Amino acid sequence: MEKFDKVTGVAAPMPLINIDTDMIIPKLFLKTIKRSGLGKNLFDEMRYNEDGSEIPDFVLNQPAYRNAEIIVAGDNFGCGSSREHAPWALLDFGIRVVISTSFADIFFNNCFKNGILPIVLPQEDVDKLMDDAGRGANAMLTVDLENQVITGPDGGKIEFTVDAFKKHCLLNGLDDIGLTMQKSDAIDAFETQYGAAAPWV
Amino acid sequence: MTAKTLYDKIWDAHVISEDADGTSLLYIDRHLVHEVTSPQAFEGLRAAGRKVHAPDKTIAVPDHNVPTTLDRVDGVVKNEESRIQLDALDKNAKEFGLHYYPVNDVRQGVVHIIGPEQGWTLPGMTIVCGDSHTATHGAFGSLAHGIGTSEVEHVLATQTLIQAKSKNMKVEITGKLPAGVTAKDITMTVIGLTGTAGGTGYVIEYCGEAIRDLSMEGRMTVCNMAIEGGARAGLIAPDEKTFEYVKGRPHAPKGGQWEMAMESWKNLFSDEGAHFDKVLTIKAEDIAPAVTWGTSPEDVLPITGTVPSPEDFEGGKVDAVKRSLEYMGLTAGMKLTDIEIDTVFVGSCTNGRIEDIRAVADIVKGKKVKEGMRAIIVPGSGLVRAQAEEEGIAEILEDAGFEWRLAGCSMCLAMNPDKLDAGERCAATTNRNFEGRQGRGGRTHLVSPAMAAAAALTGHLTDVRDL
Repeated sequence: MEKFDKVTGVAAPMPLINIDTDMIIPKLFLKTIKRSGLGKNLFDEMRYNEDGSEIPDFVLNQPAYRNAEIIVAGDNFGCGSSREHAPWALLDFGIRVVISTSFADIFFNNCFKNGILPIVLPQEDVDKLMDDAGRGANAMLTVDLENQVITGPDGGKIEFTVDAFKKHCLLNGLDDIGLTMQKSDAIDAFETQYGAAAPWV
Repeated sequence: MTAKTLYDKIWDAHVISEDADGTSLLYIDRHLVHEVTSPQAFEGLRAAGRKVHAPDKTIAVPDHNVPTTLDRVDGVVKNEESRIQLDALDKNAKEFGLHYYPVNDVRQGVVHIIGPEQGWTLPGMTIVCGDSHTATHGAFGSLAHGIGTSEVEHVLATQTLIQAKSKNMKVEITGKLPAGVTAKDITMTVIGLTGTAGGTGYVIEYCGEAIRDLSMEGRMTVCNMAIEGGARAGLIAPDEKTFEYVKGRPHAPKGGQWEMAMESWKNLFSDEGAHFDKVLTIKAEDIAPAVTWGTSPEDVLPITGTVPSPEDFEGGKVDAVKRSLEYMGLTAGMKLTDIEIDTVFVGSCTNGRIEDIRAVADIVKGKKVKEGMRAIIVPGSGLVRAQAEEEGIAEILEDAGFEWRLAGCSMCLAMNPDKLDAGERCAATTNRNFEGRQGRGGRTHLVSPAMAAAAALTGHLTDVRDL
């Protein structure tokens, strides 16, 4: 996994609430057996007409946001399915941070496994950043994970919280399977004791 | 001793280790695998030279991509990408030695239907799958939830998951359900009240007389949609009905182990006085047959209602409703029963079990699907299909004009050839009415099987109690 330290980039405003995983990556792109290459189909049905031409109004098609690295979104971003294709598509497009008032549980977890930082902030902070994002390419945000702070284009700072273990894994690009395998003695001991108590499992 | 909730008890029984910040390593009893969210996980294992830690606790079945038309028995999968994905599961299941139900095995079906059917799903277990509707298995008093592909790989490699504990929420449905009101109407009504983010950060335990009165099939329908309310999982404490359902299933414990399991399972309930962080109580008598009008599962109203206006809402929901109404081609103020439909879909992990199919047959028996309508019924498993045929239900449905298909996820998410075209409008017994869910531009109204059957007869959304 790519390490996450600090990202300075354009933030795209997506104020719509309940942006679901079917919007982020429609099901026909789930037939892949790879993790890469999904960026071109990110938000496919919102981004392209049926003939494949771009829908000019869609935020990521606008010149200022074509290279966005941050999304500022409405409530409950990523609701719906468990498809990890959603963060894969975001990452492949170049998105490293999503900021919202709330995220769906599985999507939130999936982001951390892929070097994407989802940040939960109170409504007033999201409103402020949504405003900043509305100013386009001139409004870069800096997200500093180490210090847990977002710096706006006017120098204003917003602090955020993040789970300590998830932060550690993101900062170091750690594969948590490797970390868990270091506990294999504990897992084996648990299996022995549990297997005796509940042999039907 | 501190009073514990059912969730607390299952959690505590599976914690291998806990860090100072509460992050825990949780043991996983059953891992269900399907073709769409697993190929990258198996690739990851191979690349790292890792094995599947517990193949005997890992169950694989293809369901999302499989065609449901009868020509599939001849091995026909026309879509090249789908075929590659199905082949990948076949190869992975065999190479890693998993329990496997291939496409043309009669036991194949939607992963959340065959888990309980085969007795893999048992009370008190932890169950995961790379699919959000894993919540279904909570109906047995097992902690079951969806995970992403990275976590699928983690569970394959270690049979554990790194988790932070959720909060406890109780949803109590008191009293008796009125006639014509079903488990689907309960679960949709709850989401209508809590919203799709109302359960975020929680595990919901459903309880109360109306929940106790439900069959196991109905309880699975209720828990299935816990995820639509944002919850990590839904739970129902096991009781005699649960044990009766489980007993004798192929992978349920037998003999002495059954007795031992029963001793353990009888402790699976929330203790008197256990703390819930959030409580919602609904009177069953206040629940009506429910229908969605918008593009979020929280857009729920009783069938007697009218399409709302964006002005009825506040905050970000105002713009979301404007967008929904435009997408759905509806105008505020119209009666829900005036909404004409052209397609009926019965099936999915929400409502593809035998009881759901019986409910449709009861209503359409001796009648005809309205002319010009497309009505499809996709049983949740090969065994559900076989049972419906044995009971004579399949014949009733076909006589009424339903297409009687083979098992799979089908038009619930439209990854296989079954889908809506732009502008088509469907009464569906599924779980998501998102934009494009059943096909780009397709319009979905979520309903119970009985309500779907009623709509199939009349050609518009219909109050099943009026038939």
